[in-house]
Amino acid sequence: MGDPFGLIGQWLMDLVTGWGMQPVAALTLLRFLGAAILATVLLLVCFLLIVAERKLLGRFQDRYGPNRVGPWGVFQTVADFVKLIGKEIVVPDGIDKPVYWLAPLLVVMSVVGIWAVVPFAPGFLGTDLNVGILYIVSVGAIGTLGIIMAGWSSNNKFALLGAFRAVAQLVSYEIPMVLTLLVPTMLAGSMGIAAIVEAQKDMWFITAAPLAALVFLISSVAENGRAPFDLMEGESEIVAGFNIEYGGLAFGMFYVGEFLHAFTVGVLFSTLFLGGWQGPGAEQFPLLGLVYFFAKAFVVWFITVWIRGSFPRVRIDQLLSLNWKFLTPLALLIVSLTAVVDKLAVEQGWSRILALLAANGALFVGTMAVLGAYGRSVRLREERLRATAGGLSTGIAR
Amino acid sequence: MTVLQIVFLVTGFVTLLAGVMVVASPKLVHAALWLIVSLAGVAVLFVLLNANFLAVVQVVVYIGAIAILIIFAVMLTRRVMADTGPTHNPSWWLALISALVLLGGLLALILQVPAFAQAGPTAQPAADSGLSDLGTALVDVNRFLLPFEVASVLLLAALIGAMAIARPADAAEEGGE
Repeated sequence: MGDPFGLIGQWLMDLVTGWGMQPVAALTLLRFLGAAILATVLLLVCFLLIVAERKLLGRFQDRYGPNRVGPWGVFQTVADFVKLIGKEIVVPDGIDKPVYWLAPLLVVMSVVGIWAVVPFAPGFLGTDLNVGILYIVSVGAIGTLGIIMAGWSSNNKFALLGAFRAVAQLVSYEIPMVLTLLVPTMLAGSMGIAAIVEAQKDMWFITAAPLAALVFLISSVAENGRAPFDLMEGESEIVAGFNIEYGGLAFGMFYVGEFLHAFTVGVLFSTLFLGGWQGPGAEQFPLLGLVYFFAKAFVVWFITVWIRGSFPRVRIDQLLSLNWKFLTPLALLIVSLTAVVDKLAVEQGWSRILALLAANGALFVGTMAVLGAYGRSVRLREERLRATAGGLSTGIAR
Repeated sequence: MTVLQIVFLVTGFVTLLAGVMVVASPKLVHAALWLIVSLAGVAVLFVLLNANFLAVVQVVVYIGAIAILIIFAVMLTRRVMADTGPTHNPSWWLALISALVLLGGLLALILQVPAFAQAGPTAQPAADSGLSDLGTALVDVNRFLLPFEVASVLLLAALIGAMAIARPADAAEEGGE
């Protein structure tokens, strides 16, 4: 049981070359096969994820959630899926056909593509790209493109509005996310995801960079476009946003993409900050690493669902202020502070984690002080305005 | 012909075709989308050259940021769904001449690079060493520190300038509202 995944790969390779195939062609075939299996398994897992999330949301909101189809309602998604397949494909008038049909594919592709570089267990990953972190960012950017294409090609005002909001939101929140991704890169000294997991053998990165982890989680939830950041499909404001004109399986792809992305956020967070598959005994028994990996990912995923069930939707100006006036400066501070403290700690022989933790704590206290002062100034200004307006027409007085 | 050569030829053809469609497409948004195809083709060419970093940065910067902002600007400024104006204006031949002159100049410059004098492909450096070499080169005083910093200052100036232009004249007092 030293390396089951390597053994399986070797066995398959021997099998295919045994049929008289060239090694290069066999490798190519196996790569394609692996990609197909990974994507298929992911989309099947998504069936469970959707029903689990709906059950959880139900419990958070003091209701049952789906409970009719199968035991505890676990086959609800299958029934929904069958319904979506059976629906007539309604194509609205005046759409831009190629762009319209390409958009859902791009959205799903951008989510599934991330999994190509995620290490599931020691020796079990799609490909060990030396620029894995940047690859994740670039694949995510394609999802933004898919959303904007969907909104534009639908020939619908609400869809276009949803796409506008999506771009404002996704492009903005990409900045703190990318900045905080630099922190694990600096701590591990590599942009490869496998190397980042290896570097967390002694201690998870969340101990050395708790603030970076928090900012990453917030901006990932915003990138995912779910509550409290679900402005691009705000049901009560713009009907359903960018995907309003999609029905049947095309809509199903957006839906699957969103739910799978939520779990992908958990996977990325646990890989970058919680040590991925690292855990007691994972080196000897790679299968145990797989268990650790999914356990951690599910915990983070549960937290994102919890956030979704707990917070009301923010306004668009609040969303952008949170990003540009709070998260982005904070992420810049975190990155520069981590770089300086890490360098100093290594050269001075301090404990690296303690130094980074102290720096993070100081930054946290400072941030809270600045936020408190800002809140007080806003309240003071409002009171002054109310006083000058003489208690009349306070609603429209600026 | 190896598999790599076939991939190169197909990618090159798609990239060039998309480049032509950028200028030939009657709809402005379609032109922007073709531009994305063309940029993605260049990213694939980078992958074929074993330059993973450049390929990924190409996608992040050009597709993830610049192309999306172009589409966004087009959507905001034009009647996008009905926009099918003429794709060329009377001075198209000037553009053609300048493009050809640029192509000739670039070719003349590239042919002076020693690697192009040899026939076959040269050995490609391992991807990892190239990346860390790029990183140190940007902060090395003897190499590219000065151009790097000048570019940073230029971008900062553009950033501040954009803010100064976008800010309404009477917005000095406006806060978080």
